[in-house]
Amino acid sequence: MAGIYIHIPFCKQACSYCDFYFTTHLLDKQDFLDALIKEIATRKTYLKSLPIETLYFGGGTPSQLSTKELQAVIKAVCIHFNVIENAEITVESNPDDLTEEYLQQLFNIGINRLSIGIQSFKNEDLELMNRAHNSQEAENCVALARKSGFKNISIDLIYGLPNATLEDWKTNVEKALQLDTEHISAYNLTIEKGTPLAHSVTKGRITIPSDHEVVLQHNLLIELLAKSGLEHYETSNFAKKSSRSKHNSSYWKGTHYLGVGPSAHSFNGSSRSWNISNTKKYVELIEKEKSHFETETLSLIDRINEFILTGLRTAEGIGLVHFESYFGKKALSNLLRESQESLSKGLLEKKQHRLIVTARGKVLLDGITSDLFFEK
Amino acid sequence: MKNIRNFCIIAHIDHGKSTLADRMLQITNTISDRDLQEQTLDNMDIERERGITIKSHAIQMDYEQDGEQYILNLIDTPGHVDFSYEVSRSIAACDGALLIVDATQGIQAQTISNLYLAIGNDLEIIPVLNKMDLPSANPEEVKDQIEELIGCDREDILSASGKTGFGVESILEAVIDRIPAPKGNPKAPLRAMIFDSVYNSFRGIIAYYRVFDGEINKGDKVKFLNTGKEYSADEIGILKLKQEKRDSVKTGDVGYIISGIKEAKEVKVGDTITHIANPCEQMVQGFEDVKPMVFAGMYPVDTDEYEEMRDAMDKLQLNDASLTFEPESSMALGFGFRCGFLGMLHMEIVQERLEREFNMTVITTVPNVSYIATDKKGEILNVHNPSDLPDPSKLEFVEEPYINAQIITKSDFIGPVMSLCIEKRGILKNQVYLTTNRVEINFEMPLAEIVFDFYDRLKSVSKGYASFDYAPIGFKRSDLSKLDILLNGDQVDALSALIHKSNAYYFGKKICEKLKELIPRQQFDIAIQAAIGAKIISRETVKALRKDVTAKCYGGDISRKRKLLEKQKKGKKRMRQVGNVEVPQEAFLAVLKLND
Ligand SMILES: Nc1nc2c(ncn2[C@@H]2O[C@H](COP(=O)(O)OP(=O)(O)OP(=O)(O)O)[C@@H](O)[C@H]2O)c(=O)[nH]1
Ligand SMILES: C[S@@+](CC[C@H](N)C(=O)[O-])C[C@H]1O[C@@H](n2cnc3c(N)ncnc32)[C@H](O)[C@@H]1O
Ligand code: SF4
Ligand SMILES: [Mg+2]
Repeated sequence: MAGIYIHIPFCKQACSYCDFYFTTHLLDKQDFLDALIKEIATRKTYLKSLPIETLYFGGGTPSQLSTKELQAVIKAVCIHFNVIENAEITVESNPDDLTEEYLQQLFNIGINRLSIGIQSFKNEDLELMNRAHNSQEAENCVALARKSGFKNISIDLIYGLPNATLEDWKTNVEKALQLDTEHISAYNLTIEKGTPLAHSVTKGRITIPSDHEVVLQHNLLIELLAKSGLEHYETSNFAKKSSRSKHNSSYWKGTHYLGVGPSAHSFNGSSRSWNISNTKKYVELIEKEKSHFETETLSLIDRINEFILTGLRTAEGIGLVHFESYFGKKALSNLLRESQESLSKGLLEKKQHRLIVTARGKVLLDGITSDLFFEK
Repeated sequence: MKNIRNFCIIAHIDHGKSTLADRMLQITNTISDRDLQEQTLDNMDIERERGITIKSHAIQMDYEQDGEQYILNLIDTPGHVDFSYEVSRSIAACDGALLIVDATQGIQAQTISNLYLAIGNDLEIIPVLNKMDLPSANPEEVKDQIEELIGCDREDILSASGKTGFGVESILEAVIDRIPAPKGNPKAPLRAMIFDSVYNSFRGIIAYYRVFDGEINKGDKVKFLNTGKEYSADEIGILKLKQEKRDSVKTGDVGYIISGIKEAKEVKVGDTITHIANPCEQMVQGFEDVKPMVFAGMYPVDTDEYEEMRDAMDKLQLNDASLTFEPESSMALGFGFRCGFLGMLHMEIVQERLEREFNMTVITTVPNVSYIATDKKGEILNVHNPSDLPDPSKLEFVEEPYINAQIITKSDFIGPVMSLCIEKRGILKNQVYLTTNRVEINFEMPLAEIVFDFYDRLKSVSKGYASFDYAPIGFKRSDLSKLDILLNGDQVDALSALIHKSNAYYFGKKICEKLKELIPRQQFDIAIQAAIGAKIISRETVKALRKDVTAKCYGGDISRKRKLLEKQKKGKKRMRQVGNVEVPQEAFLAVLKLND
């Protein structure tokens, strides 16, 4: 199996925290779409002829495209790739784009999973984040989507926001749970270098909550979601039974995927490639049929370390049987040796031939991961 | 013999010795234009990279003047104060010296100290103003200074430029005319003095010498008088750009010998070479062993690499006889060596050479000077490592090494330079005006005070217009306390330091603050304490790491995240465990960075 990621780089306005690749100039939309469709054709052999089980429109803001435009892209993919019937097709969207009519069209063209960037239900938060939607839209969008027929809905939330107390966060989580979606992604706010938010923080205009407060928000999140039957299946992702994001899971499971559009990444088991992060240049390069991506071949140790990195983020942890069959006996014993310390500190546990991060370890994941890494 | 001249080039650092040597090598066709580089004689990578001379370099030149063929043996010497012993050993093999003075800078501290070394050995001094090509050259004023200093005639001062080659022929002329030919008796038994040795991985240890009496022939059975060791002169020759084999090296000349010498310590600079069968009666007067001035622990970053490190140290010592070391162990750092260095630059260079030539990365501890401790029973102990100091209750008193510091600066900066020296526990001994606006100040100071940030501070208070030189003057009693550092209650032996009582509190506070910056947060709180004996004088806490997790990890984030965590792992591997605390390498040098 394999997946295809399609990056739609357009956003209405720039959120203060965001360092994903996006542009607020919608001018060259048609040029972009032409290039995108051309790229899909030129990279048709990347995934050999593996069956494509997931299609994911991410961004930027895919809901800035009309359903016609989305449909044209889907069509191009289906022509050049072996897309299975009932493939998971996700579109990331922003609440302000989700009118009843648009939702209906989305559903009609075959989008069967909708991911909505709600972030917060509180207007102050949304303003501080420079989001394009308001609290009203945040609260209504899910119901509208249901009405249009969507059965698989995910919402994005952010915690650790400036000024937000544990109480505020609790309210947000409770509101989210009332919407009763199949899936929730909840991210701890990361202050990314070069973003307007980072600037305000360095200038001291904004203060972010202390690590201690953030850990409390994190723990509360896990507790409340677990009570509502959402499984914490990846560091920032929660799902009802059999509602995990198939596409995103492929990132954590080592499944091959092709990424098209500016800044998109691809992986074929032995190397990673990344497209140029500039829409104008992307279009030019594709038009002139010049190389528009860079590639990095992964060494054995790179692959081992990525296996560890992605494995530990998931509820299943690192499967030791798999690990041994991929990388050998010696690698396994090395891994077990390096894991001793975290095991003894109760940050990791070994269950049914798996190394899994404990509840206590979850907030210290990066350090635990790097401790297990193999060295070149 | 009357056509041989043995001379060295001496000066303050960077006044252009090696560049001027290049020009002489060129004019005498000792080196082809093709082989010429800038500062050709600085042949070690580290010398070329830093643009300074570390080791003296001897080379022979042929030169014709007025129809006569001359052999000129030149030794280029380093200018940095750490390597002044190199100058003294070169001087012993010479009859004259070119004293180079940068015409834009005038006389500086090492100009004076090296001049006195040369005068002390009865060398003929030829003063040369260099860098005359520069518009900022100030020949008249600098000539005044030189006249005053040496008491020579103004006309005897030569002018040159190592850059353009101006004046170089007149320097060679002066070398031939003014420097006496070597004296010595060609018929007498062999008497040659070793003035340097080098190590070459193919050829082994090679000794350089000057023949004072007699001659040495290939195959001779010889003896080194001081060590008593006997050898066969397997190969001898002279020092051109490359070594050139000869069948004999005669009175007055400079040469090399390869004779199956095994260990660096068999070659003592200053030792006399003579024939076993027909030995000379008197040794050439040798000079003292070099004494290390500062000490520091050096430990392999990877604790498994102790044996490899010993090997590397042994090899390095073959090339650098001034490096001393002995095994040492530390609770915090494991097995390593306590090394003695000539100064901070020397220490830096040893560390760098270990890395580049032997691929050994090492942790260096805070350097210290050596102390003499006398306990209550009257027993005397040489202490090279603060953690070896006896318990305060058993200690009668401690002595520390003092130096005479000589600083030359512009009169505008006397005030700040004096305050700095006084802050560093200096006692003013003397102050002389060299010219109306240049002054020489002499201070008696504890050596320990110049080990830490003295150079940088001197440079900044004088805006760069101060030069500094020093000479040890023996030990003096001092009111010192041992400051210990504890991490979560465990003492870190490698961080102990001997500090003058008046500074201890300030110092303890600063070092705790610095360590707080340098020790990464861990899964628990870390208490950093400074203590004198049982008394805690300062405390800081590194708060526990509560959260360390990246929220997003999709396609593009994976490689980036992997690389970041790989780097973290590498950093952690290099840390040392003290009790339950992981301490990064930089922390062991925290004391040196207190003002950053
Ligand atoms: N303009 C000018 N620059 C010079 C002259 N001689 C040397 N320099 C420059 O001065 C700097 C120091 O020159 P070196 O020859 O390395 O000085 P040195 O005295 O051998 O230095 P140490 O051996 O480290 O004490 C270099 O950057 C040279 O290029 C000169 O006559 N004119
Ligand atoms: C890049 S966005 C794309 C989807 C869509 N444009 C939106 O904003 O909802 C995907 C999600 O990443 C999360 N995100 C982006 N930047 C983040 C940051 N700096 N810290 C935490 N989460 C972030 C947000 O929750 C966002 O919904
Ligand atoms: S968070 Fe979403 S909408 Fe906001 S700038 Fe980033 S991609 Fe665009
Ligand atoms: Mg030099």
